[in-house]
Amino acid sequence: MAARYGLGLKRPSAIPGFGLALGFTLTYLSLIVLIPLGALVLKSATLGLSGFWEVITGPRTLASLRLSFLTSLFAATVNAVFGTIIAWALVRYRFPGRRLLDAFVDLPFALPTAVAGIALTALYAPNGWIGSVLAPLGIKVAYTPLGIVIALIFIGLPFVVRTVQPVLEEFDRELEEAAATLGANRRQTVFRVMLPTLMPAILTGFALALARAVGEYGSVIFIAGNMPFISEIAPLLIIIRLEEFSYPQAAAIGTAMLLISFALLFFVHLIQAWQRRRFGHG
Amino acid sequence: MADAAIAPLLVSQPSSGSSVTTERYPVRIILVATAVVFLVLFLLLPLAAVFVEAFRAGLSAYFAAITESDAVAAIRLTLLVAAIAVPANIVFGLAASWAIAKFEFKGKSVLNTLIDLPFSVSPVISGLIYVLLFGAQGYFGHYLESHNIQIIFALPGIVLATIFATFPFVARELVPLMQEQGTQDEEAALSLGASGWQTFFRVTLPNIRWALLYGVVLCNARAMGEFGAVSVVSGHIRGKTNTMPLHVEILYNEYNFAAAFAVASLLALLALVTLLIKISLEWRYADQIAASRRH
Repeated sequence: MAARYGLGLKRPSAIPGFGLALGFTLTYLSLIVLIPLGALVLKSATLGLSGFWEVITGPRTLASLRLSFLTSLFAATVNAVFGTIIAWALVRYRFPGRRLLDAFVDLPFALPTAVAGIALTALYAPNGWIGSVLAPLGIKVAYTPLGIVIALIFIGLPFVVRTVQPVLEEFDRELEEAAATLGANRRQTVFRVMLPTLMPAILTGFALALARAVGEYGSVIFIAGNMPFISEIAPLLIIIRLEEFSYPQAAAIGTAMLLISFALLFFVHLIQAWQRRRFGHG
Repeated sequence: MADAAIAPLLVSQPSSGSSVTTERYPVRIILVATAVVFLVLFLLLPLAAVFVEAFRAGLSAYFAAITESDAVAAIRLTLLVAAIAVPANIVFGLAASWAIAKFEFKGKSVLNTLIDLPFSVSPVISGLIYVLLFGAQGYFGHYLESHNIQIIFALPGIVLATIFATFPFVARELVPLMQEQGTQDEEAALSLGASGWQTFFRVTLPNIRWALLYGVVLCNARAMGEFGAVSVVSGHIRGKTNTMPLHVEILYNEYNFAAAFAVASLLALLALVTLLIKISLEWRYADQIAASRRH
């Protein structure tokens, strides 16, 4: 590396503006992102390690973290399965409305979370379009953890579809033909040749959806009911602690959530590194 | 979307249906039906619900709700916040992609990772960090109070939280595209005597304009719709520090559902326009938007 850059940090170039562009980038990044996030860690550090541990293992905090994580896990799993089916249908088959539906997959990225939240609540409330169908069956969705899962499925769906779709589009048909030539039936080709190739993309989408879901707030709080210990998600507990002016406690829960999402992103990174090693592309 | 994807699709649909590279007809029907039902149930139905609920109380109630003074104040504030946050992130996105794409330097991949950091942070934390810095009991709280500067529960806090939440949008569209494009055009312009700024405005900017627009549209949608981050720093002062999403929440919590959905329908329209621009850019300028355009 050192030889490539000479003695400096940068390889010589004829293009001007490196100092200005990088200087501005680093200043802006530090002021907006790094220093504020540093304040979060610093604030939770004022509790000390044992104090930090006490806060995040407190029964109410633990219940909210567990709820956030488990509902996110459930929603991301549903999205991994149905997102893959949707990507498959959109890429492989032609049917009326395909392009329109394809465009709408990104709706959760574009629709403000609060709007999604009240819309889902209106649908799944006992008198809503879907809620009134489920109510006679004894299924309550709104104001229960199941409602949280519904909201998290909504916001996580595009992550899986949009990571699986391009891989499927570029999938080499000759592999499928080879499998068929070698005597595999279609089910064997799909499950033993294609799905293993798609698996890194599915896992990446799953982890991205999970990371997003763990921190999600806007779409969840309307449908959740927000009962402590039952349907109170971790982000909401942060806000409650803030309103009590318990800044260190709020910061500690925030830091714990940050650690969870970093672990998930590290997991994505590992999958991608493994994919590159195995398939020679990323 | 990509034209290349269409060719194999056509091959896979022989009239006989006996191809070895597609599923049998009933399986295909089941898969398509599953996908369509899931998308309609989870995406289209909520969207439809917004508009149906918005007009439930009638047209005049709808217009009353969106022209009422607190609603207008919320719309104004939302536009103002986006008008500050989006340009700030455009300038950052241009600077960051210039540095990352046009130069080789140590720590580049770390920088690239750090730029994406705000996407992996919960919206609530995006607001929380500024409260910890500038709130009444935050690190600079005392200083700000003695100098009579208000950041939290005021416009600056809302803008900061919005900038954080939308931080990577422009940069992540531009960096991969500019890396793909390399430095040849710029080097040619410079060797013909153009200055650095001339090169940037007349060569680089035209090369990346569609990707820039793409990033700006997504950045704007998120900036206007951001809820969690803004909710933490806004203080929810009606008519003053309520953005549109926060106004929706307040109306909803007051059981004023028709008005809540009326204001929400404006945000839903914004989402639809965003999707429309996004899709048309993807269809028309696919080659001028970076390959990594998908989220």
